[in-house]
Amino acid sequence: MTPLRFLRQPFFWVIVAMTAVFIAWPLATGDVRLRESLVLAAVYIILASNLNLMLGYAGYVNFGSIVFFGLGGYVGVYLISEQHWHPVAAALAAGISVSALALLFGLGILRLRGFYFALSTIGVNEGVRAFVSNFAPWGGASGLYISLDSYQSLGGPRQALWTIYILLVGVMALSLLLSFGIKRSKFGLGLRAIGQNEDAAGVLGVPTPLYKALAYSISAFLPAVAGSFYFFKSAFIQPVDAFDLGFSVEVIVTVMLGGTGTVAGPAIGAFLYEELRGWLLTSPAFSNFQLVIAGALLLAIVIFAPGGVMGWIFRHIPKMRRILE
Amino acid sequence: MKRAFLAAFAALLLTVPTFAVTARADEITIGFTSSQTGALNVDSLAQLRGFEMWRDDVNAAGGIKAGGKSYTVKFVTYDDQSQGARVQQLYTQLIVQDKAQFLFSPYSSGLVATAAVISEQYGALMMSIGGAEAKTYQLGNKYLFQTYTPADNYLTGALEVVKSKKPNGTVALVYSDDPFSKAVAGAVRTQAPAMGLKLVLDESYPPDQTDFSAVINKIVAAKPDALLGGGHYPDGATLARQIYDKKAGIKWVTLLVAPDSAQFATLGPAATGISVPSQWAPEVTYKPDFGPTPADFAKRFQAKFNTPSDYHSAGGYAGGLIFQHAIEQAGSIDPAKVAAALDKMDITTMFGRFKISTDPKSHGLQLTHQMVLTQWQMKDGKLVKPVIWPRAAATAPILYPIK
Amino acid sequence: MFEIIASIIDGILVGSVYGMAAMGLTLIWGVMNVINLTHGALIVAGMFAVFLLVQAFGVSAYVVAPATLAIGFFAGVAIYWIAVQRMIGRPPLMSLLSTFSVNMILIGLGTSLWGTVLFNVEVSLPGLTLGNYTFPGTHLMAAALTLLIAVLLYFFLQFTRQGKAIRAVSGNREAAELVGIPTRRVLAMAFGLGAALACGAGALIATMFPFTVLAGGAYQLKSFVVTVLGGLGNPAGALLGGVALGLVEGLTTPFIPVSWTSVIEFVIFIFVLIAYPRGLFNFTFRRS
Repeated sequence: MTPLRFLRQPFFWVIVAMTAVFIAWPLATGDVRLRESLVLAAVYIILASNLNLMLGYAGYVNFGSIVFFGLGGYVGVYLISEQHWHPVAAALAAGISVSALALLFGLGILRLRGFYFALSTIGVNEGVRAFVSNFAPWGGASGLYISLDSYQSLGGPRQALWTIYILLVGVMALSLLLSFGIKRSKFGLGLRAIGQNEDAAGVLGVPTPLYKALAYSISAFLPAVAGSFYFFKSAFIQPVDAFDLGFSVEVIVTVMLGGTGTVAGPAIGAFLYEELRGWLLTSPAFSNFQLVIAGALLLAIVIFAPGGVMGWIFRHIPKMRRILE
Repeated sequence: MKRAFLAAFAALLLTVPTFAVTARADEITIGFTSSQTGALNVDSLAQLRGFEMWRDDVNAAGGIKAGGKSYTVKFVTYDDQSQGARVQQLYTQLIVQDKAQFLFSPYSSGLVATAAVISEQYGALMMSIGGAEAKTYQLGNKYLFQTYTPADNYLTGALEVVKSKKPNGTVALVYSDDPFSKAVAGAVRTQAPAMGLKLVLDESYPPDQTDFSAVINKIVAAKPDALLGGGHYPDGATLARQIYDKKAGIKWVTLLVAPDSAQFATLGPAATGISVPSQWAPEVTYKPDFGPTPADFAKRFQAKFNTPSDYHSAGGYAGGLIFQHAIEQAGSIDPAKVAAALDKMDITTMFGRFKISTDPKSHGLQLTHQMVLTQWQMKDGKLVKPVIWPRAAATAPILYPIK
Repeated sequence: MFEIIASIIDGILVGSVYGMAAMGLTLIWGVMNVINLTHGALIVAGMFAVFLLVQAFGVSAYVVAPATLAIGFFAGVAIYWIAVQRMIGRPPLMSLLSTFSVNMILIGLGTSLWGTVLFNVEVSLPGLTLGNYTFPGTHLMAAALTLLIAVLLYFFLQFTRQGKAIRAVSGNREAAELVGIPTRRVLAMAFGLGAALACGAGALIATMFPFTVLAGGAYQLKSFVVTVLGGLGNPAGALLGGVALGLVEGLTTPFIPVSWTSVIEFVIFIFVLIAYPRGLFNFTFRRS
């Protein structure tokens, strides 16, 4: 699809509008709490959209997708705090190095199918976590700290938080555009053919090993960049946070919630999920039971509405198919 | 004339209630998160209870008195699920939305570090309670104040016991691969040789290690006189139990954190002889400059919550007490003045001494608080945990060798 | 030298329990192509069941262990009907998520009830001492019981009517249905059996180590590794896989820093997944 045709898709403008809201709303109100909430939402959306490339399009369940986020965080924090790189350069370096690494891992594990692939992604995540816990230059299990004057390159901590927020929103927009672009491209068609029936796709001429490897590697890039920004903001990274398998599963849940294989689905799912969890945590009535409620909600969705929010929308408002993807 | 006088008198009468209401409405809001769910749940809850008891004591006495006013203490608190990501979001909310004027830290070193990023950005004063790692204070803060003894000094007492019982003895150091335990172990590595003790084993295990059989075999093969280390609850308890089950016969065992919990007694005979460094124990004999004595605190805490106090709850209570004292010394609730008061303080509470470093490279690091060593011992058929070190504060003789 | 032999024996003993923990997972996976993510919670349920029963009746943990098997069975059947039954035949992601959500519910309930407090079941059983090294009685007993259960499972699956029905359904569900086997009930029973094994494993683990509500996670992860080593759907393989894992832990610890053991475990895991996807110990238990 040529760039010009891209601009004529209504969904492109939906993405642009959404990005504008994300940036304008907290900036206009100066509401820091809102910004913090939206940062988490943006992170979930980034991870969910990129996971969707493997999960929704190609049908490969990546249980350990968080490993890209965590490794990106480590590369970024290391370059910023120990090598004194600029945060943006560090984030780019993180993205490139982690997707290269993903390509390498992918070559090994992408010949597996179904549950085996899912398990291998867990193995990759846990193996990387165990390794980083022992890796002294990255602080081992103690993690890496960023001293407060590392924020000077972005104008001091308070200004830096806003800048990082805008950068993360930018990464979020890129994730959605990437997802959309791939979906409408020949590459995306090939991926979705793989998702439907990998062997038939292979027979019909889709270069399945190459496409899978590309998808896996591409799905690592933006999460790694996001990880670099996110952990820079947190000023502290340790293995147990960076490679939190539970977080990875939460991202799968958000994609499910929103609707796999769609572009808007992961974004909607991530946003809803993050808001719900945030609300449950701070609500005095529910905070004890928030895990139970989240679990029950997920179960209900899986049983009764497996198409997620987008599935529901498309079924009841068919016209939306022309606008949303 | 009479009417005017009456009107003025009525007006005066009307202002009196409003004046009184304004005085009652003076509040200080303190914000913090605690780990109501997740792995840190048990200790965080104890610390929370310490906070609550202080708040109730202070409000019952009329509030914190400063600058001629009395301030009631109000808490705003959330569950951080033992997760760093939540901590940042929630502390931002506490400062910006809930308008907390002062902060207490979350429980555990990692979460304190994450919260400190937020508190320092907003110049919000945070009392750090429940965080022992020293690195957090070396990142250039201005408004962070540590009440706990830093990790570096955790096992110093245990080393001194070993030295006194077996000079030139050998030590095995086996600890959990987490930031806190690593910091403690790092200090042991330098302190032990300086005391003439030789390290014959020095290893870390993954925090979620479930079986220590092979590790214990390794310890036995190294033939140490003493074993120091551990990490947190499950691993410490499992290590202690397996040492007993495997009859490892080590003469002295000091483990971090796990043996300090009353629940450790459920290990039965496996618990006997295990010692643990503690920030505090109910039997300590500090003479406080203000506030309750240790014994008084312990008794009232037990009565209030129907559960024994421990160093987490004592730390929580002391954090509040020290904070209150700082406001009273400053005579104001202006954070900068309170911070200045904290910088100058050198006092003793039921928790021990409090004096922090004012060197900008390590601002807020606790300098004077000491650890005590408690040991599980059998007394009349029941397991008790008296203080055994420093000897000046001890309430029972040291049990050595433990097996 | 003795240290190495002792660690090998210790590894085999603990490994057999890892194997028992994995048997339930691999059975369910093999029979109905579902990865049971409530596995960890069921193991914890077994631990608590033993603890509470011992506290309530004051008898030895081994006396109440069979009861935990029964509890596990009924819990498993319930979970099957609630979360799994509708997911049979649907894409694998569905059953992963449905069992995961049940796991969240169970662990959430567990932490609200018991927090993350430590529990311990005291068992005094004489151990075996050779020189400086002692093998705890609880470990020996657990390994022996695991072997017993594995043998019983084998006989059940090979020679009883229900066992054969399970094997028929796992081999070819449509054919089984055609010959009149009530497949849904058989699947429920198989799930219950898998859950019972998980609970039983939890009960044995509780006799050996202290535990908390969150203890299941580590064992679930180990179960994945063991299942892959042993071959999917192969309970006997799971036992051997568990022993193999225990051996790896026992053999590596004397020589390298303990913290590297997990890295080695995961490297082996990925290697076996890629090179031997059928598992290392797949004596054909079911042809596929």
